[in-house]
Amino acid sequence: MRNGGDKPGGPKAGPGANWDRLGASWFIDKGVQVLVFVGGTSAIIFVVGIFVFITREGWPFIRDTLDFAEFFGSPRWNPTSDHNPTYGALALIVGTASVTGLAMLIAIPFSLGAAIYIAEFAQGRTREVLKVLVEMLAAIPSVVWGFIGLTVMNPLIIDMFNVPVGLTVLNSGLILGLMAAPIMTTIAEDALKAVPDGYREAAEAMGATKLQVVFKVVLPAAKNGLVAAVLLGVGRGFGETMAVLMASGHSVNLPTSVFDSVRALTATIAAELGETAHGSDHYRVLFTLGIFLFIVTFIINLLADIFVRGVRKKG
Amino acid sequence: MLQNKGSDTLVNVAGAWAEAYAKVDPNLAIAVSGGGSGTGISALINGTVDIANASRRMKDKEIKAAKANGVEPVEFIVGYDALAVFLHKENTKTDWTIAELADIYGEGAQTTKWSQVDVRMSGCESDKIVVVSRQNNSGTYAYFKKAILGKKRDYRMGTNDLHGSKDVVELVEKTPCAIGYSGLAYATDHVKMARIAKDKNSPYIAPSVKTASDRSYPIARPLLMYTAGEPTGKVKEYLDWILSDEGQRILVKNGYAPVRNVTD
Repeated sequence: MRNGGDKPGGPKAGPGANWDRLGASWFIDKGVQVLVFVGGTSAIIFVVGIFVFITREGWPFIRDTLDFAEFFGSPRWNPTSDHNPTYGALALIVGTASVTGLAMLIAIPFSLGAAIYIAEFAQGRTREVLKVLVEMLAAIPSVVWGFIGLTVMNPLIIDMFNVPVGLTVLNSGLILGLMAAPIMTTIAEDALKAVPDGYREAAEAMGATKLQVVFKVVLPAAKNGLVAAVLLGVGRGFGETMAVLMASGHSVNLPTSVFDSVRALTATIAAELGETAHGSDHYRVLFTLGIFLFIVTFIINLLADIFVRGVRKKG
Repeated sequence: MLQNKGSDTLVNVAGAWAEAYAKVDPNLAIAVSGGGSGTGISALINGTVDIANASRRMKDKEIKAAKANGVEPVEFIVGYDALAVFLHKENTKTDWTIAELADIYGEGAQTTKWSQVDVRMSGCESDKIVVVSRQNNSGTYAYFKKAILGKKRDYRMGTNDLHGSKDVVELVEKTPCAIGYSGLAYATDHVKMARIAKDKNSPYIAPSVKTASDRSYPIARPLLMYTAGEPTGKVKEYLDWILSDEGQRILVKNGYAPVRNVTD
């Protein structure tokens, strides 16, 4: 718009200009403005709305029944007991953390390696094919991953490691790692691409080898974006439900090794919420888990956003 | 459109009924969906289904909630289901008493190794019993708890709570160290079924349609359908048909026990 005046045939003075402003294109312009505004703000409205909803459902429990020491300190999750319901979420939190942690151990080297190769080394067709393949990996539904965990990985892990059961931290961590890797790869690759070519050219002009360029110049420059990619991967792992439900063994248990079954926060909500009586303590404690999850993923995404902002300022 | 929702145990046979009934009354469309006994019952309480399927009885709390919503639930027993205890093919122990099972599943259970019950399997070197259960809102979970552990005792912590009867059988089939339970209808040739006795002095009975309907198998449960108020019109015709010989034969074909003897 700023350049409008420079163009030949720009706004004319006189009554013609007024008529022009109120023409069809003016209305389209206004209409699109409103649409974009609604689109932009609706995300905020939805996030706030969801937070208000889960808080309203969970709040009576937090206020009246919740024992913080029990919730965060006890691994006893037994909300359906008839005589002594217990609401210890420690095992669920540890379960989610262990699965996500292992997934990140697997996904970070793979996805960063893939991103570096695609952004810095691959050429022409190889690169296009790789990008498409990575994106296709991200399109596999999580229930399919879960099914692979249950039917393929379970017997494989039992046979390979001679353990009693294959639905374990290892199984779900591997699957979650494979699920998070494509997203992390895509974002990390974008971060590497955002590093101006001038940096690379300057380094090459100084006689740096390709490896030196990547590791001494491009990676440090893209550091914030790469951290953001990892954090978004962590957020993905924390929030994933179906695959973890099927592959983790869904067992309330404090794991001592990767061969133990665990239960994740999200899987617990998914498995139990459908049939709890509306308004019961069980129903409300599940929403309390939801609030906890929401806060944790919110913080992770916020951190990722702050890091991305960091990269923009520098870039 | 007749809405029929609830128990995953019943969902297959409910689907078979709906399909067969299309020939009896082509004008009535019946939508069948699963989700679990609790899902069906809450839908009945909320008035969104005509018939709720359940593999457990409605709790007092649920009946109260229904009445508060102006719904008077009416119960029909449409069949019986034997709850089978599944073991891996390699497992050598076939005969189990309820007390032995309680000592694996119950809170404070003492049996955690297969060697404690004299089982040694080459596939299960770790000797650890992998206890497979169900998610805590399934009717099967609730019934097994009541039948094996009694009203007061809870399940132990650390069981593998799977989401669906089929998953239980699938896991036990591929996991030598595992023990699990599900409806008899989900049994396959790849797993072994335990013979159950009420106590040491009673006979060990294998689960089957026959032992479930003559009630000799100790862990068989009624399969229920609930309607909102006494059924009338199409809903009543459908339920009458389910309880007729034709409906009951479909039930038997799906691996459940009929409410009375039906001849083929």
